[in-house]
Amino acid sequence: MAAVAPLLATQALSKHFGGLAAVREVSLEVAQGEIRAIIGPNGAGKTTLVSMICGRHEPSAGRIVYRGRDITALRPWERLRLGIAYTFQVTSIFKGLSCYENVALPAQRGLMHGLARRLAPGEAAIEARVTAALGAVGLEDMAWQRADELAYGHQRLLELAMALATEPRLLILDEPTQGLAEAEISAFCDLVRQIARQATVLIIEHNMQVVLALAGRVTVMDAGEILAQGTPAEIERHPAVQKAYLGR
Amino acid sequence: MSAWRKVLALHLAVLLALLVLQFVLPPYHHTNVARIMVLAAYAIGYNVLLGYTGLMSLGHAMFFAAGMYGAGLPVYYFGMGAPAAFACGLAAGVGLALLFGLMALRTVGPSFLIVSMMFGQALFLVTLYFNEITLGDQGFILSEKLRPLELAGTQLGFHEPAVKYNLALAIFTGCLLAALALRLSALGRVLIGIRENEERTRLLGYDSFRYKLLALGVSGALSAAAGAGYALLFSYVGSTFASILFSIYPLLWTLLGGVGTVLGPLVGTALMFYLVDTVSGVTSSYLLFVGAALVALVLWFPLGILGTVRSRWLPWLP
Repeated sequence: MAAVAPLLATQALSKHFGGLAAVREVSLEVAQGEIRAIIGPNGAGKTTLVSMICGRHEPSAGRIVYRGRDITALRPWERLRLGIAYTFQVTSIFKGLSCYENVALPAQRGLMHGLARRLAPGEAAIEARVTAALGAVGLEDMAWQRADELAYGHQRLLELAMALATEPRLLILDEPTQGLAEAEISAFCDLVRQIARQATVLIIEHNMQVVLALAGRVTVMDAGEILAQGTPAEIERHPAVQKAYLGR
Repeated sequence: MSAWRKVLALHLAVLLALLVLQFVLPPYHHTNVARIMVLAAYAIGYNVLLGYTGLMSLGHAMFFAAGMYGAGLPVYYFGMGAPAAFACGLAAGVGLALLFGLMALRTVGPSFLIVSMMFGQALFLVTLYFNEITLGDQGFILSEKLRPLELAGTQLGFHEPAVKYNLALAIFTGCLLAALALRLSALGRVLIGIRENEERTRLLGYDSFRYKLLALGVSGALSAAAGAGYALLFSYVGSTFASILFSIYPLLWTLLGGVGTVLGPLVGTALMFYLVDTVSGVTSSYLLFVGAALVALVLWFPLGILGTVRSRWLPWLP
């Protein structure tokens, strides 16, 4: 493989919940600029794996190296400041607030340096970022609607806009198309392709159409371990994958 | 932004109305409104924690009392002047809030409520235990000891109603504007994020513990300013003000006026004050009426008065 250091590498990363090993010694490398899909049956440990990468869960063992730096011990907010953004599988927006406020919170983060900037990072600069992020997902006309009044598909897009407003280098999408209609899914794929021009994308996805359309490489997980890795075409032909996915 | 101007105009108009009110009120209500303004400042402090940050405390009397004793004891024992005493009260409140926060903010939700109540009770018992110094629930009077303020050559005695009223207004103004500025700032946005969804806020790049500690510090400062002001203006310091009742009051005032609204605490405090005032003139069981009012509130106005106004008519109300 290429000699360039990966953007992200997990080294023998494991997570146990009590006696249950949700993720077992997973070593995954994601290159700068790629769209990487992680697929696998329910309970394969996909969400647990990315939760450890973004800092939601602490690993039981192993290391996470991001841009050449060990970030295993960093807290979630520190990882975000390094450019790792995460969108939740179950939409996690601020339901009682307007779309604008939902996106303004992550948008102002990058502007809050030093005491004075913390108190007043400048609403004009925040507004520009919010407008850009809402515009990227096509929600600019709904800025002042309450988030819980949006249609489900729009809530998913708002979740994505919140991640985009942090100007991520590594964007982790956890089942972003779940519950979306066909038309919404194809628009979503276009959007992810656009985002991938600036950021590396790690996407957990059940919908094989989306995986084949988007991913440069695919990682297959099962029972907490990596079962196979390769291009979408290789993965489709892989016997273990066919066995796991297409019935024994 | 026009919304900004509207908000600022509204709050300045309220302050102006309070300023003018002193010239038209009869003496009895004159004193009442001065008292309401100081208590409302306390409720504003409480609301910073409950309304903006989503942390419910049942021990806030400790911050009010820290301000009260922090200001009152140096006056009583060392004859300290009012401005320095006020600063002592403020410092006592902030110090206590940060110390308390470092320990209690490890807990969340109902546990935080219980822990805050325990700390509040502990401070209440401290004021009783050291009754040789604090004179316990009998308390002490400051009027003999407190030197009048000197301002541009004139002496302003704390017993004069006009001085009382305008200093109360000054404390209220400071607390209201501080709360409004916090609410509209980038920090306020983070606090509201924590209130709505703490885990999400952490994953959006904010160390929620630090922001909650900050909110507690501000809340403690405003509550202590009110406590110190109350001691100096109304000349009495006693452990009743550290009791659980004085932790419940700001919760009730805030709920009545509208949790998470900047002006709600003023509305709630004023209404509850006059409800108690009116009813206790008729019967000694006034708490029964307070209770009935709260049941009605929860049933029909769960958002409080200004919370309901905001959700129905004025969405821009901060």
